[in-house]
Amino acid sequence: MYKFLLCTRYLKTRYIALACIISMTLGVATMIVVNSVMAGFTTQMRDRIRGILADVVIETNSYDGADNADLHMALAKQAAGEYFAGMTATVEVYGMLSFEYAGQWITRPITLIGINPEEKAKVGPLVDYLENTTGDIASWNLPVDVMKYRTAMVERQRLLIEDFEDDPESLPLEPPPFDGIEQTSAELEAPPEFGPATTEESTGDAKAENPFLGHKVETAEPVDPAAPLDGRLFIGIGLVSFPYEDQQTGEIKTNMMVRPGDDVKISTVSRGRPPEPIHFPATIVDTFKSGMSEYDSSRVYCNLEYLQKARGMIAPSGERAITSVQIKLKDYDNAPEVVKRLQAVFPPGRYTVRTWEQKQGPLLAAVDVESAILNVLLFLIIAVAGFGILAIFFMIVVEKTRDIGILKSLGASSGGVMSIFLSYGLALGIVGSSVGVGVGLLFVKYINVIEGWLTIITGHKVFDERIYYFPEIPTAVSPAMVFWVALGAITVAVLASILPARRAARLNPVEALRFE
Amino acid sequence: MTETIHMPQSHISTLALEKSYRKGEHGVPVLRGVEIDVRKGEFLSIVGQSGSGKSTLLHLMGLLDSPDIGEIRLEGERIDDLPAKTRDELRNRVFGFIFQFYHLLPELNLIENVLSPLMIRYSTLEYWKRRKELKDLAGDLIEKVGLSHRIKHKPSELSGGEMQRAAIARALISNPEILLADEPTGNLDAETGQEIIDLLANLNEQQHLTIIMVTHDNAIAEQADRTVRLLEGRIEKLGEAA
Repeated sequence: MYKFLLCTRYLKTRYIALACIISMTLGVATMIVVNSVMAGFTTQMRDRIRGILADVVIETNSYDGADNADLHMALAKQAAGEYFAGMTATVEVYGMLSFEYAGQWITRPITLIGINPEEKAKVGPLVDYLENTTGDIASWNLPVDVMKYRTAMVERQRLLIEDFEDDPESLPLEPPPFDGIEQTSAELEAPPEFGPATTEESTGDAKAENPFLGHKVETAEPVDPAAPLDGRLFIGIGLVSFPYEDQQTGEIKTNMMVRPGDDVKISTVSRGRPPEPIHFPATIVDTFKSGMSEYDSSRVYCNLEYLQKARGMIAPSGERAITSVQIKLKDYDNAPEVVKRLQAVFPPGRYTVRTWEQKQGPLLAAVDVESAILNVLLFLIIAVAGFGILAIFFMIVVEKTRDIGILKSLGASSGGVMSIFLSYGLALGIVGSSVGVGVGLLFVKYINVIEGWLTIITGHKVFDERIYYFPEIPTAVSPAMVFWVALGAITVAVLASILPARRAARLNPVEALRFE
Repeated sequence: MTETIHMPQSHISTLALEKSYRKGEHGVPVLRGVEIDVRKGEFLSIVGQSGSGKSTLLHLMGLLDSPDIGEIRLEGERIDDLPAKTRDELRNRVFGFIFQFYHLLPELNLIENVLSPLMIRYSTLEYWKRRKELKDLAGDLIEKVGLSHRIKHKPSELSGGEMQRAAIARALISNPEILLADEPTGNLDAETGQEIIDLLANLNEQQHLTIIMVTHDNAIAEQADRTVRLLEGRIEKLGEAA
């Protein structure tokens, strides 16, 4: 009883000890904030990666791919079909993207992925990342706004050409304003349905000479000049835009170099030995922003049939070749089992079967290592606080020498005296870490408000969207993490009080009482 | 046979007690074979100059320290070699201490200080169950020493005499058999000191409490039943008080 009474009295009266737990409070709060933010980043990143990739991917080791998509899918289904929630065949190949901006041609390396949007929707939420597409499933038809823009652009070009033909001298020196969407909205027409039938004609040779307009002119039937090309793309936002800071407002804005509705050129290689370079023009249907800058600045989705055709992956029999099969699982926990089974069917020499985590292994491992190191470093703060407690406890034991003697003369055992100081340490640890948990959780909750204040006070952006790709700081508080951090801090406090407590317990009561 | 009849019952006794303290490399002998026999209900005072070892003797008898050589016996049973736990128990139940500097715990108020031996004796749960009864007991004792109006005061708010009376109440609450008083009046003026001695004498008379008091003041010492003089670590002279 006296232990608790004294320990609470000490807690109330020794402010110096409270001062030493401030560093413990700060350590705990920092650990909670840093872990929550890192967990937030990681969760967001994993969500994004997983949204772009599928749970399990079977890839051919060669870009030539493997014949007969249906056979591969059937084999995969046979091996582990009971775990599958969805499956789609894709073609993945490296390539180049070229587009004209500010009077020059800009070329970017890309990963070109042929997909079927309806099928892709079964393995990952691609449509969520598309910026202009609304609805549940992405499609290769141009969204309404994009179509308006394209119609306006084509109309303007036509007018320009007509003007030029009528009177070349009257060509305006200044180009007309860029966003002329309102001008010609009346001309809006429904975009023609994409279908393999039209692709036959559209890949004519004429296209190579005049890729932007050529094949439309060449088509025999009268065709809407604003109709999109047969090659359609979802293009990573990072490939065709750059962020800049508005000089007046300081806001971060994104400048689009090309927009959905514009046409760009894609270069890649054909199937076969040696790979021949191939080029085709394509219309950007939409841009996507997954939030993973690596993907947003390298990935371009193309319509699968068109890409297969362009690369010569369609056999005369109509069999289509593919380079990868993306699989979504019902329960991701089964991934190792699925990978094992699929590896048995698709031998490692020709295929690689991996989960998305394995595919992104180095990145995820780097994040894990980073947070482990941060945790070690931050825990050192708490350890330092532990030494503070150790030092201050020694002082308190010296100061309380007489009281210890009194307690012993009243019959308190050495163990009892020791437990006064141990429970004092425990109490300090509990107070320190619970205040720390409170401060940390509040900080995490209002982190974006705090970031806003800091931005106002310091005058420059603390959390720069250009770098982090998030509109605000993502956080995820894990109760287990909070628990372990708090427990760790309390343990440090108790450990730090063991030595002083032992010293107090071993104090000779006569020595303690002798001096006044 | 006659000896046993006349021999009053021994309450606490020491047998050839020796104790030295280490100072640097040399042991400084403090007690060199002290033999005292205190009868039940006796009020014994030990006098001696500073450094004569009287406080050490008291500490040894109260099991706050252990002798180098010799024995301490409580009702004929040797107690100085008991395990630590039992000695703690004896200090709590058999002995009551009063010190020159009162030695109240500064963080606790008067009643908490008085209750502290009971807090030590009982487990938290048991103390909690009996807290009402124990508090009443403490209240009675505080009333007896005349401090009822100071019950919630911290030691720093009490005068020396009040603190010493509080210390006596604390020593009495565990209902001890032997009261060990180390210069109980040493820090008080003569009048207040006399009040304390009267209080002790009263306890000795009414409750037949065995009291062993250490003092350097002969006038105080003479008020005890018997006085023993300690000189250079030995009992020099036994004197019966009037």
